[in-house]
Amino acid sequence: MTEPRAMVPERRGLTPSQTVGPFLHVGLPWPDGPHVVPEGTPGAVWITGTVYDGDGVPIPDAVVETWQADPEGRFDHPDDPRGSARSQVEGFRGFGRCPTDEDGRYAVHTVRPGSLPCPDGSTEAPHVNVSVLGRGLLDRVVTRIYFPGDDANHTDPVLCAVPEERRHTLIAAPDGDGFRFDIWLQGDRETVFFAL
Amino acid sequence: MTRTWSGATVPWYPPPEGVHPPLDSPEYRSTARRHPHEPLVLLPQRLTEITGPVLGDGRVGPLDHDLTRQHAAEPLGQRIIVHGQVLEEDGRAVPQTLVEIWQANASGRYRHARDNWPAPLDPNFTGVGRCLTDADGYYRFVTIKPGAYPWRNHDNAWRPAHIHFSLFGRAFTQRLVTQMYFPDDPLFSRDPIFNSVRDEKARERMIAGYDHDATQSQWALGFRFDIILRGQHASVFEEDDDD
Repeated sequence: MTEPRAMVPERRGLTPSQTVGPFLHVGLPWPDGPHVVPEGTPGAVWITGTVYDGDGVPIPDAVVETWQADPEGRFDHPDDPRGSARSQVEGFRGFGRCPTDEDGRYAVHTVRPGSLPCPDGSTEAPHVNVSVLGRGLLDRVVTRIYFPGDDANHTDPVLCAVPEERRHTLIAAPDGDGFRFDIWLQGDRETVFFAL
Repeated sequence: MTRTWSGATVPWYPPPEGVHPPLDSPEYRSTARRHPHEPLVLLPQRLTEITGPVLGDGRVGPLDHDLTRQHAAEPLGQRIIVHGQVLEEDGRAVPQTLVEIWQANASGRYRHARDNWPAPLDPNFTGVGRCLTDADGYYRFVTIKPGAYPWRNHDNAWRPAHIHFSLFGRAFTQRLVTQMYFPDDPLFSRDPIFNSVRDEKARERMIAGYDHDATQSQWALGFRFDIILRGQHASVFEEDDDD
């Protein structure tokens, strides 16, 4: 395409990413950070896990952030082409943030999201987008939590694009009333991370 | 740039090529055991990626933007105003988005259990700020200039003075955490975190400019720090030959 460049808006250079550093706890935690939904929400579950480095050592200076649709598969957001929809779940924020503790553990309290339509007519299985930030991470790493035993996982376009032998790293494990999702930044059990 | 989705127009966020630091940056030793070895898998931008948390007034208290007024008395140090605009690549402002900052005090110490180098804490300084950008994407903080501080990455290692910034933008794709530096810091050339950004022009975009117009007579020095997030909406082209 040879349109005149003058019609293209001038593109500014991005601000680069930098690590949150070891003292992220000064600025990032919120008292209600882990609560994607309020305590007592019907059907709410805890997703817990540990963040590990390449030596299998838990990382005490990371933050796990989550973003997801509500149980109906809707977002209260103006860029959703289906229209912005306030969740039926009272107090649903969609976003969770939890720093890891001394043992590298995080936890978020949420409800299972619904599946999502894709523009080509296919369907994304219920999933939670995850960002991990931390000391030693110069940029966030992004992964996804899928839920065990969901038939939609078999046809999910993102999971299907991941080598089969690594797909299991994206699927949470049942854990009591909730789920467990450990994150391995490096090594034999390395979690699948995404470029977006 | 935009795409259409079932007749609706949805944003697209161009990949940030060559800007962000490599996760494997050996000069910053902590990256060694924390960067993935496997190649990243491409995540197409669908609904979860083009949306993001809309975090409003409830997250910001009336004095959260002024780090010099959060205690009984003023903190020690050089009082400064840090302000700027949050924009997308095409210059479009990002309004009503949460900006979070945290920083060391004037002597270079964080209020954090694991920061125990022998510099004094300041009882009048926590070092945390939050605000929302206005309708034109502007934010403004009042704080004190943080000090440089030592770390253990290499022999006689010192971090240049910096303020941590956390931004959400309007989409999951735009999430950014960065550090703002101050002009003409002699520690730049020796800092592996600053230099983990390989492109010189990109590195310079992390350095605030002294802003005499924002400087207030008899009160505080002004610094301007604009933050550019991924995103390009104004183009009329379905596909642009961006280079």
